[in-house]
Amino acid sequence: MSVNPSVYHYVRPEIIERLDRDDPFADVEKQATRYAYAEAILEVGAANPDVVVLDADVSKSIKTNLFGERFPERWFNFGVAEQNMMAAAAGMATTGLIPFASTYAVFATMRALDQVRNSIHYPRLNVKIAASHGGITPGPDGATHQGQEDLSIMRCIANSTVIVPADSVSCKKAIWAMAEYEGPAYISFTRDPVPLLYTEDYPFEIGRAVVIREGSDLTIVALRDLVAFSLAAAEALAKEGLSVRVIDCHTLKPLDEETILQAARETGAIVTAENNVIFGGLGSAVAELLVEHNPIPMERVGVRDQFAESGPYLEVIHKYGLDTPFIIEAARKVWVRKQAFFGGKHAVSSDHRSVSPTPSGA
Amino acid sequence: MSSDFKPMSVPELKEMAKIIRTDIIEMIHEAQSGHPGGSLSAADIVTALYFRMLRVDPENPGWPDRDRFILSKGHACPVWYAALAERGFFDKAHLRTLRKLGSILQGHADMKKTPGVDMTVGSLGQGICAGVGMALSGKLRGKDYHVWVVVGDGECQEGSVWEAAMAGNKWHLDNLTVIVDKNGIQNDWFVAEEMPVDPLNDKWRAFGWHVLEIDGHDMAQIVEALETALTIKGKPTCVIAHTVKGKGVSFMENVPAWHGKAPTTEQAEIALKEIKEAA
Ligand SMILES: Cc1ncc(C[n+]2csc(CCOP(=O)(O)OP(=O)(O)O)c2C)c(N)n1
Repeated sequence: MSVNPSVYHYVRPEIIERLDRDDPFADVEKQATRYAYAEAILEVGAANPDVVVLDADVSKSIKTNLFGERFPERWFNFGVAEQNMMAAAAGMATTGLIPFASTYAVFATMRALDQVRNSIHYPRLNVKIAASHGGITPGPDGATHQGQEDLSIMRCIANSTVIVPADSVSCKKAIWAMAEYEGPAYISFTRDPVPLLYTEDYPFEIGRAVVIREGSDLTIVALRDLVAFSLAAAEALAKEGLSVRVIDCHTLKPLDEETILQAARETGAIVTAENNVIFGGLGSAVAELLVEHNPIPMERVGVRDQFAESGPYLEVIHKYGLDTPFIIEAARKVWVRKQAFFGGKHAVSSDHRSVSPTPSGA
Repeated sequence: MSSDFKPMSVPELKEMAKIIRTDIIEMIHEAQSGHPGGSLSAADIVTALYFRMLRVDPENPGWPDRDRFILSKGHACPVWYAALAERGFFDKAHLRTLRKLGSILQGHADMKKTPGVDMTVGSLGQGICAGVGMALSGKLRGKDYHVWVVVGDGECQEGSVWEAAMAGNKWHLDNLTVIVDKNGIQNDWFVAEEMPVDPLNDKWRAFGWHVLEIDGHDMAQIVEALETALTIKGKPTCVIAHTVKGKGVSFMENVPAWHGKAPTTEQAEIALKEIKEAA
């Protein structure tokens, strides 16, 4: 059975045609989203002279040093001093500048959290926090550099906007949108290369999740690097007869409640997939929404209550339960629960009710 | 302390430092990831500590009365792992597993995974604060162990380093010695241009510390300074060690790009040859 391209939206044909392979992303073009930021901020900076870039001695790693080469007077490297950088960004914003402050997610959201909360979010200043090494994407560096909590932490701060692009195309659009948005905004990048998923017409709008695959039996709501794995999972599940919707929830906050509640109504079961701890992130946000409006069966894929370790990115996320097989397993589980929950009464469209997937033990 | 270990002489330490440098290059080359520059700049200092100064017992890494060592600039942990392995804390075979899945040798040192590592590090500017805590505990409990901390000069940009410096002065922590690996380079660029920290010696002095300044690659000077630090009473000591980032490998020396980059096989061969043939 080959892939049916008509159920996909904004996904590049090169990606779609490989989705039923064992290793669908082996030979597709990839880029770490941190580098997409470094490219986009050059264009944003050229278009808007109020944009300034702040770094804390990891500009070589994020490649914001290129902004420094192009606009030396608008680039400020604070050295290894994240707390000073964040509060200084707040000060700049009070004067009308639009600072993009860059460091790794652990340092942006934890080392400098008090500054981020009290000096940036409480006064609702127009500071953009651009953090690399989000989730457990920085494999080899190990737990101290793996920002597995950044989304949860940023989500719980009042006045926050939290953006997590899945690929470079959507990331660049997000940077433009953040520059235009008035108020604090946090964006989290991958350290490791992730597939270029989208065509140029991908419609990025802050707070508007994107349905990238149609489906009627269940929905996977994903963000960051797990969007790609969710597409692969959906295609594997299609072989078992399940029609799976996939939503790229690139803005964790504000959550696109409408799109998610619609998916809940129409598909009756939801899996969330995030490279972030399962506490307080996407799984929590969706669960909170469903429990108040439409408590259907739901499963969460995410980093469990543990720290990860050093290793190559793909090996680490597999060991810690985040890649395609785990999303497939969660989907099978939620499908079985859905059957029991609705007792066959959930309005479903299609023709292949008889196939009930068996857990693979993957 | 295991009986067969004898503190090394200066010529022996110099030979050992070559072995440590060899391990560093082999380890980072095998991992194809890691931080050679700051590992090599600290190699002579860490060698002097582990093979002459530290009262530690590889057979009993948790010995409560041991001296403590913290590499606060935790990204340079290959130098730490090399010293621990050569000193017998674990089998040298582990060095080849650096940064791989399941390894006891994490990308940044992890006290729960590696025998002999006294503190988990990796987020700059925290190891030194943990050192203050260990020194305070030593005072409280009347222990005579000494706490040794190595920090980077880039790391000295973190405010928390100076919070630790204030505390060391307040509590007269003469059981604490901080060695600044002053190699002049941080991740992005040269410290003096990116965010100047000089005059470091005056800063530490103004914070109430006894300050010594040495050539961090002259083994005799290192040993003399570390031994002097043990004799200073009533205040903590800061040894400012002037070093060269990438020391011992010509193409890495003083080049910011070698902060966090692994050598290719060809580069590693040249590096190992240079280390072997060095005086
Ligand atoms: C709090 C924190 N911020 C940023 C980093 C990323 N980082 C790792 S090494 C480094 C530069 C350190 O420079 P220095 O202390 O001079 O180390 P050395 O040159 O001796 O390797 C940076 C910024 C970090 N590990 N911790």
